Amino acid sequence: MARISASVYTSHVPAIGAAIDLGKTAEPYWAPLFAGYEPSKAWLKANTPDVIFLVFNDHATAFSLEIVPTFAIGVAAQYLPADEGYGARPVPKVIGHPELASHIAQSVIQDDFDLTIVNRMDVDHGLTVPLSLMCGQPAAWPCPVIPFAVNVVLYPVPSGNRCFQLGRAIRKAVASYDQNLRVQIWGTGGMSHQLHGPRAGLINREFDHAFLDQLIADPAGLARKPHVEYMREAGAEAVELVMWLIARGAMDDAEPGGEAPHVRHRFYHVPASNTAVGHLILENR
Amino acid sequence: MALDKPYLDIPGTTIFDLDESRKGYWLNQFCMSLMKAENRARYKANECAYLEEWPMTEEQKQAVMARDLNRCVASGGNIYFLGKIGAADGRSFQYMAGSMTGMSEEAYRKMMIDGGRSIEGNRTIVEKK
Repeated sequence: MARISASVYTSHVPAIGAAIDLGKTAEPYWAPLFAGYEPSKAWLKANTPDVIFLVFNDHATAFSLEIVPTFAIGVAAQYLPADEGYGARPVPKVIGHPELASHIAQSVIQDDFDLTIVNRMDVDHGLTVPLSLMCGQPAAWPCPVIPFAVNVVLYPVPSGNRCFQLGRAIRKAVASYDQNLRVQIWGTGGMSHQLHGPRAGLINREFDHAFLDQLIADPAGLARKPHVEYMREAGAEAVELVMWLIARGAMDDAEPGGEAPHVRHRFYHVPASNTAVGHLILENR
Repeated sequence: MALDKPYLDIPGTTIFDLDESRKGYWLNQFCMSLMKAENRARYKANECAYLEEWPMTEEQKQAVMARDLNRCVASGGNIYFLGKIGAADGRSFQYMAGSMTGMSEEAYRKMMIDGGRSIEGNRTIVEKK
């Protein structure tokens, strides 16, 4: 039987990818940020899963305005790093897990979540930057990855509660898979940031810390936070944080009687380019 | 009955909803086309001619030519799409975001290093005044 062993949460700022690719991680601007991920890299080495289910959003890369799926699951054998306008990032291609992805899709759709099935998709910084932060610059990523894209670009985006409930359905789907696999679920994006308009550059540390606290201790309560609160308090683009609730909903304690997870690591840093970077590792017991 | 849009009173902010998306469809699709290297090359060789290939409004074309991202947003552009214009120009996302605030590139960068723009006074249009 497959099982979700842990969840990882991290921002996915494109400039972080550029800093890694251009060898700038030791520069004074970037060093404190990357230092915060050193324990995470060691943790992932010691706890490499068989599959990573990676929740991210596409930033007008694979999906133009022609088709905007709210939830899209990748069932392909592999995914190439996208050219986002600066040339593709020099990172390994992403190997998928078509069997588990198809199993999850079939289970979750029958559980009332209408996913879009994706057989071909180039993956942008939303997916590759978290991998780089957690793995550094390996010749190949440590395990197969199932990309799960959420629309957080075109409003309305799915509600926090919808995301949290979807996480629960994903947990159930994983648990019904016959092979013995250790699966991690990663939620990415956020934290505070606004990238457009005269209010660009907004950072709200209090909001971010309160979000991290509540994500750990009271995720079901956090799932009731309305979109407008994210957008008003932490910047229009901070609404990406609803994606963290998918990963959080897949943890054991989202079910009645489930044990609360261990907090393995917590980190927060301002800024990376325009954005506040938040990071958590939660392990099921 | 009209839809509830509780986000309309956030100052200096345009939430890219379906009404904005409808308005900005061709502007954003033009931006999307710049993801392809051959399109970038044609666009850079003759910006005006390339823009004429798209059924965009005159205001949208002028806003792109002026690299005025606030005008682009006002005419339905979304920042993730508009980012492709900056990428074609070799600009960073921080440069693009900063260009919309009325601050110099240096001042914006410094504001971010100092912890970013404060939320105080920036929650609602009323509070802002």
